Amino acid sequence: MQNLVDSIAYGKYPAILALSGFNSKEAGFNFETLDLGLVDYNETLSFQKSLAKDVAAGIRESTLILCEHNPVITLGRQARKENILKSQAELTAAGIKMINTNRGGDVTLHLAGQLIVYPVFDLRCLGRDIHIFLRNLEEAVILLLEDYGIRAYRQEGLTGVWVSGRKIASIGIAISRWVTTHGASLNVSCDMNLFSLIKPCGLDIIMTSMAQLKELNSLKMELVKEKVIEKLQYVFSGIGFFRKV
Amino acid sequence: MVKVILPELGEGITKAVVSYWYFQAGQNVRKDEDLVELTTDKATFNLPAPATGKLLEVFSLEGQNVNVADTLATIEEEA
Repeated sequence: MQNLVDSIAYGKYPAILALSGFNSKEAGFNFETLDLGLVDYNETLSFQKSLAKDVAAGIRESTLILCEHNPVITLGRQARKENILKSQAELTAAGIKMINTNRGGDVTLHLAGQLIVYPVFDLRCLGRDIHIFLRNLEEAVILLLEDYGIRAYRQEGLTGVWVSGRKIASIGIAISRWVTTHGASLNVSCDMNLFSLIKPCGLDIIMTSMAQLKELNSLKMELVKEKVIEKLQYVFSGIGFFRKV
Repeated sequence: MVKVILPELGEGITKAVVSYWYFQAGQNVRKDEDLVELTTDKATFNLPAPATGKLLEVFSLEGQNVNVADTLATIEEEA
């Protein structure tokens, strides 16, 4: 029992108490960033898991992975098959893989032009609160979109980021030994027609992208990547840390 | 005997769903090894085994709702 108490701070440090007065900059929270470009989903997942082991063991510091994936449908732990609206044969014919994952959430789609943000972060340095971490991921995306003049917001009870009633970023994470894997996907400039293959997150929602909302030629993926690093640093350095207390 | 208890999850979250047991009752587990995966709204997290020994009884099956402070299983600690 004592071991459990030590490893997951059960009871001893209720999340809210751990957060009050919490400043990750003072605690020395830092992360390095790896930009993998356009990469295979499964390979990236294996890479994340191996990174997460090293972060949990204290061998390497928290690491932010940025990348894009070719079209792939991933199913979270709550996924229902009926939320994939095409048959396996049709998906295979279209060259789209379907992959079961260990993240939270339902069905989602990744494709080129969507920025994938995988923070392999050590939550032992960030207040040991899973849902505050989710809210902060949202916060970083909201701040990024603000820089592009896009007014984004959260929807009560629904994880993710929204613009004018449409979803622009999906979020789902997994945690093992207080280290996170998976993360957020932000639709920058992608083929929105492909979203008709699924019922995103199991909801009757319409997805949107930054390109749909803004002039396409003003959107450079490299710049969006720089911005997301900046916003995550801002949020997790403690300056813009979102506290729901 | 050591109890495997659902810890505080933060932000007023009091429930989770057992999504995957890495071990079955009767199997040997090692302290700090991933024992069970739990799911809340948009997150899954692994609970490590609190002790080394035999997984004696599993009380919460996959798909079942559990509350903070519930006992999910028991482990007979290795002498």
